Amino acid sequence: MSAMTLYQRRKLKNGIVIFSALLATAIGLGWLAAILGTLLFHGAAGLSLAVFTQNTPPAGATSGGLANAIVGSVLMTTIAVVIGTPIGILAGTYMAEYGRFAKLTHVVRFINDILLSAPSIIVGLFVYDLMVLPHLPGFSGIAGSIALAFLVIPVVVRTTEDMLALVPKELREAASALGMPLAYVVGKVSYRAARAGIVTGILLAVARISGETAPLLFTAFNNQFFNWNLFRDGMASLPAVIFFFSLSPDEEWKALAWTGALIITLAVLALSITARALASSRKAS
Amino acid sequence: MSMASVHSSTPVPAVTSHAETGPLEEKIAVRKLNFFYGSHRALKDIDVSLYTRRVTAFIGPSGCGKSTLLRILNRVYDLYPNQRAEGEVLLDGHNILDAGVDLNLLRSRVGMVFQKPTPFPMSIYENIAFGVRLYERPGKGELDTRVEQALRRAALWDEVKDKLDANGQSLSGGQQQRLCIARTVAVKPEVILLDEPCSALDPISTAKIEELIDELKEEYTIAIVTHNMQQAARCSDYTAFMYLGELVEVDNTSKMFTTPSKRQTQDYITGRFG
Repeated sequence: MSAMTLYQRRKLKNGIVIFSALLATAIGLGWLAAILGTLLFHGAAGLSLAVFTQNTPPAGATSGGLANAIVGSVLMTTIAVVIGTPIGILAGTYMAEYGRFAKLTHVVRFINDILLSAPSIIVGLFVYDLMVLPHLPGFSGIAGSIALAFLVIPVVVRTTEDMLALVPKELREAASALGMPLAYVVGKVSYRAARAGIVTGILLAVARISGETAPLLFTAFNNQFFNWNLFRDGMASLPAVIFFFSLSPDEEWKALAWTGALIITLAVLALSITARALASSRKAS
Repeated sequence: MSMASVHSSTPVPAVTSHAETGPLEEKIAVRKLNFFYGSHRALKDIDVSLYTRRVTAFIGPSGCGKSTLLRILNRVYDLYPNQRAEGEVLLDGHNILDAGVDLNLLRSRVGMVFQKPTPFPMSIYENIAFGVRLYERPGKGELDTRVEQALRRAALWDEVKDKLDANGQSLSGGQQQRLCIARTVAVKPEVILLDEPCSALDPISTAKIEELIDELKEEYTIAIVTHNMQQAARCSDYTAFMYLGELVEVDNTSKMFTTPSKRQTQDYITGRFG
């Protein structure tokens, strides 16, 4: 009889915990749905071909687009990834493969974790001090790219190390036992086993930086016009344009800011889904 | 009992029922071998010999140092810090524990198959061709032949010949283990170390691998670590019993399983401990 009460009490507790967990999930997802809904509501109306073909308009204009900001964002993100990925992968490879037991690895991991959680505005200020103030070369696309690269590196270092660490040590031993030099073990076996995970890390890094505003405000700043020159005059980006336009009283600008926010969100969503799909295909294989 | 009396029981080569496999040649001689994980001494003054075209089985309870001993013979322990070996391991008379030994060349001569199947994340064909290409540059035709030969030797060819492009990790456990054996055989080592190769396999796969060991010993020096005493009895010429890091006894397998000279061996074999 008393066993029955114990069982019933356990069932009740179980029910309460499950309900709380579901409620928490609903609250979390609810906000996400609200954000997406708001973005769609305000931003979708502005989506047109002009958004992708015309530059950001001057104040008071009745038409305009985000072409220069989209291109600027894509350009700076690409360069940041091109700079940051090799550094991140090589550092992560050292930590997971060559210096697995070295003191240096612990130091690097610690510093990397700090960099990973550093506020991005600090990174922006750092590059501002490094490149913009001394006019090397001042506000520019390249300064923005480098600031973003500083954000890419720790993400890629971390995922590369983690993914390589997941490669079973037996696989490395087996490769070494064939007489395989370490460079081959890493390049042909470990990388192959960890490939999907490392690519996922890079995609997550892209997702992380494509919404960053603070580091760009201090480095690439903004530009109302198309600017292909990475080394002068600042460069427009979606986050920066959203920031400036959303603060203004101009209705056209505000509408464009909503549309830009929607575009970024959808792009990041697509990237995240791709990263997820890649990660799960890794598990399946 | 003194250590000396333990080690005086290194196999008496004269009487062997396996005379048909050729004259007895010492391939690997382990002398006064000690091994340390940090400060823990895992092997104590081991003396044992491995003979060409013979199978030597290592038995003993978990943690007795069987696998540790095997991992010294190709120095795979060298991948980790804080592990060190003292003493001598002579391969064809040369001490492989010497500092100047080229580990990659050593490992290409002393192959190893692990407890857990470890196919590389690449195609079945590449799993084997990859190892071959490390030390040779065969043409495409010859490489195909080598891959086929290795797979045939490992009794895997018929099961995979139509899907050589499939990922090696898509095979079943038993097939994966045979793929690993094929991979090891393909690089033409002189010694093959098998570390509990059947512990994760079902009886049918196990039987196939035991048959394979029987065939492989016509060409290679083989050492096998096993928890399965029937397996040691079935496929080895010599059996070494280890306990708590010491080599208690090593002798002809038939003698070890009928009239062992040490009480501990008798107790272990009859299942009284371990």
